[in-house]
Amino acid sequence: MSNEEINGGDALIRALADENIDLIFGYPGGAALHIYDAIYKQNKVQHILVRHEQAAVHAADGYARATGKPGVALVTSGPGATNAITGIATAYMDSIPVVVISGQVASHLIGSDAFQETDMMGISRPIVKHSFLVQSAEEIPVVIKKAFHIATSGRPGPVVIDVPKNMTDPNYKFEYNYPKDLVMRSFPILGKGNDEKIAAAIELFRAAKKPVIYSGGGTIQADASKELTEFSKLIGCPVTNTLMGLGAFPGNDNQFVGMLGMHGTYEANMVMSEADLIFNVGARFDDRITNNPSKFGLAAKKIHIDSDPSSIDKIIGVDLAIEGDAKLVMQQLIEQVKASGFDQTIYKDWWSKVEAWRKAHGLNHDMLNLKNEKDIILPQQVIQSLYQTTKGDAYVTSDVGQHQMFAAQYYKFKDPRKWINSGGLGTMGFGLPSAMGVKFAFPEADVACVTGEGSIQMCIQELSTCGQYGLPIKIVNLNNRALGMVKQWQDMQYGGRYSSISYEDSLPDFVKLAESFGHVGIKVEKLSELNDAMKESFAMKDKLVFLDVLVDPDEHVYPMLEAGGSMSEMRLSKDKKTF
Amino acid sequence: MASQISLLMENQPGALSRVIGLFSQRGYNIDSLSVAPTQDPTLSRLTMTTSESTEVIQQILKQLYKLIDVVMVQDLKASESISLEMALIKVSNKSEVISKIEKNYSSLEFNELDNKDEKTILRLIGDTFNLENLLVELEDYLIEVTRTGALGMTLGNVSLETEEETKVIY
Repeated sequence: MSNEEINGGDALIRALADENIDLIFGYPGGAALHIYDAIYKQNKVQHILVRHEQAAVHAADGYARATGKPGVALVTSGPGATNAITGIATAYMDSIPVVVISGQVASHLIGSDAFQETDMMGISRPIVKHSFLVQSAEEIPVVIKKAFHIATSGRPGPVVIDVPKNMTDPNYKFEYNYPKDLVMRSFPILGKGNDEKIAAAIELFRAAKKPVIYSGGGTIQADASKELTEFSKLIGCPVTNTLMGLGAFPGNDNQFVGMLGMHGTYEANMVMSEADLIFNVGARFDDRITNNPSKFGLAAKKIHIDSDPSSIDKIIGVDLAIEGDAKLVMQQLIEQVKASGFDQTIYKDWWSKVEAWRKAHGLNHDMLNLKNEKDIILPQQVIQSLYQTTKGDAYVTSDVGQHQMFAAQYYKFKDPRKWINSGGLGTMGFGLPSAMGVKFAFPEADVACVTGEGSIQMCIQELSTCGQYGLPIKIVNLNNRALGMVKQWQDMQYGGRYSSISYEDSLPDFVKLAESFGHVGIKVEKLSELNDAMKESFAMKDKLVFLDVLVDPDEHVYPMLEAGGSMSEMRLSKDKKTF
Repeated sequence: MASQISLLMENQPGALSRVIGLFSQRGYNIDSLSVAPTQDPTLSRLTMTTSESTEVIQQILKQLYKLIDVVMVQDLKASESISLEMALIKVSNKSEVISKIEKNYSSLEFNELDNKDEKTILRLIGDTFNLENLLVELEDYLIEVTRTGALGMTLGNVSLETEEETKVIY
């Protein structure tokens, strides 16, 4: 039976439908018009019109992070493509499966500096897992198939498909066949780990006195959170998650010592410093974790589980490398531990030490009850109020800066895929569009965007998109009237010389701004009003609420690792440090 | 001592730029690079030399293999492989140049390719080390130099081949 003949634009959209994609985010333009006509003619793939291409990619990224399924963005050539670049780099740094389809000028015009031409293949090359320039209309289905396979398999990442306009010419038709199979040369996808290495890993735990399980975003990407939790329960040692790994192990479990690294908890960083065994699953010894690599984990044996062999021995050399899929490797570990049993009491002394650290300088999760005569709101209190109001069940996206760190520290994420932030690239402007992607995926769930008055203005135009599609996101704006993290560094390292961190009196009235887009705005200035305002916001199920919370402008994020130091060298407050 | 890496990649537009881009993106240094299609027209073979440390070379091998267009990568160990390159040099005083080569560089092959206006093009083939030493010695006679960069191949049974299995999904 022969299939009907269709054109390249129709084939592209039909291939997306065949890939089970029902939602794409994008912005039309000349080189993508044939594709947009194809979208108009069908109803399987819904297109969401954003207000800026960066937001399209962030929204697709947020959708992917929350669901585990690939996100898709569609942009036009030239400025459409370049605007998408920040979004692609964000997804690349955090290994998120996103497919970005960009229009391109017609093949015969490529290289001629045509209108809205840019070399998207060249510009995106260092920040994609792979990219395709479509060479013929007939290859569109197989390119789509390959793109999704590459984006989602192994260590995930963004894939760009650049589509010259003539490839989607409405008058050129061919027989559409969506490939069932795909042959790719030399594309290894790691599965189970080596059994002997699994056994060796367990032996290292038996021999250890002070082990720690250090888990990262890879655990979440591999959907291995359940296995991580089960294995950790069998072993019974302290567990810490990276910024990207929060929620992989429940944040409200006593075995969890908090996030580690630059702004990690005192106890997590002390555990890493003094550990005699560091068990890394799905993390990459990032510089925000290790601090000075030459002072990192000197007394510890190190195990590293990763689906990307190039992550192993890249920054920190390890004693035992297990290349494989985190979920399958953790299952193997669980099986072997269960078969042989494990005596957790060997870590009793270690736990007394950890509990002492926690007691001495652990985070105070009860700051809402602090005595406060001036009625000033601390940013940490806003996160605690959000946590209480949403019972720890909300999807929380964030932008980048102090508010991001406060959210990571104080919102005790119980589940994976609920903490959505730009960890690797650190992209301000990520919070609101990624929250849109999450809200489309989970319309019934509470979705909060924790942001600051600096970050939110980087993609604030998306308030319009939220209005058009009725997305009742709760924007929690920690408004300290300054670029807080920059200000903190200027306080600490530049003698308080505040260079370009203030907007003076030019901040918008966020309440009126929200209202102008048809949303609700609430301004909170007093601690005594915070909880009620938070509850009121979340009670408005059908409304986007912009909660503009004026917080203490002088607050710093602590703990903070001292630059160039070890993980135990921390500032604990403005006047207290461990070194 | 420079190390050699050999790889097979898809003979497609863009593949070479990904390989070269990787080096600039990650700050690795390339000393020389040579690339051309193989007996299989869908594959190109690339040989590069680098003076990076052993640890960095391990990273380079992994990062190269991770590229979708790279099919196979091999670290050419000096003791188990041959390495040579070709140079064309244009010289002004043929007889003196040839006598220097014959005297001190007997391991280098050379041919005379052209002789116009007393400026001669010579073809030299040999190992990079000797070739580079010769070029230093000939400094006063050289008008032009162009080199292929090193080519390498493992000896005996070990060969750079595509993996037998190809990935089929669904």
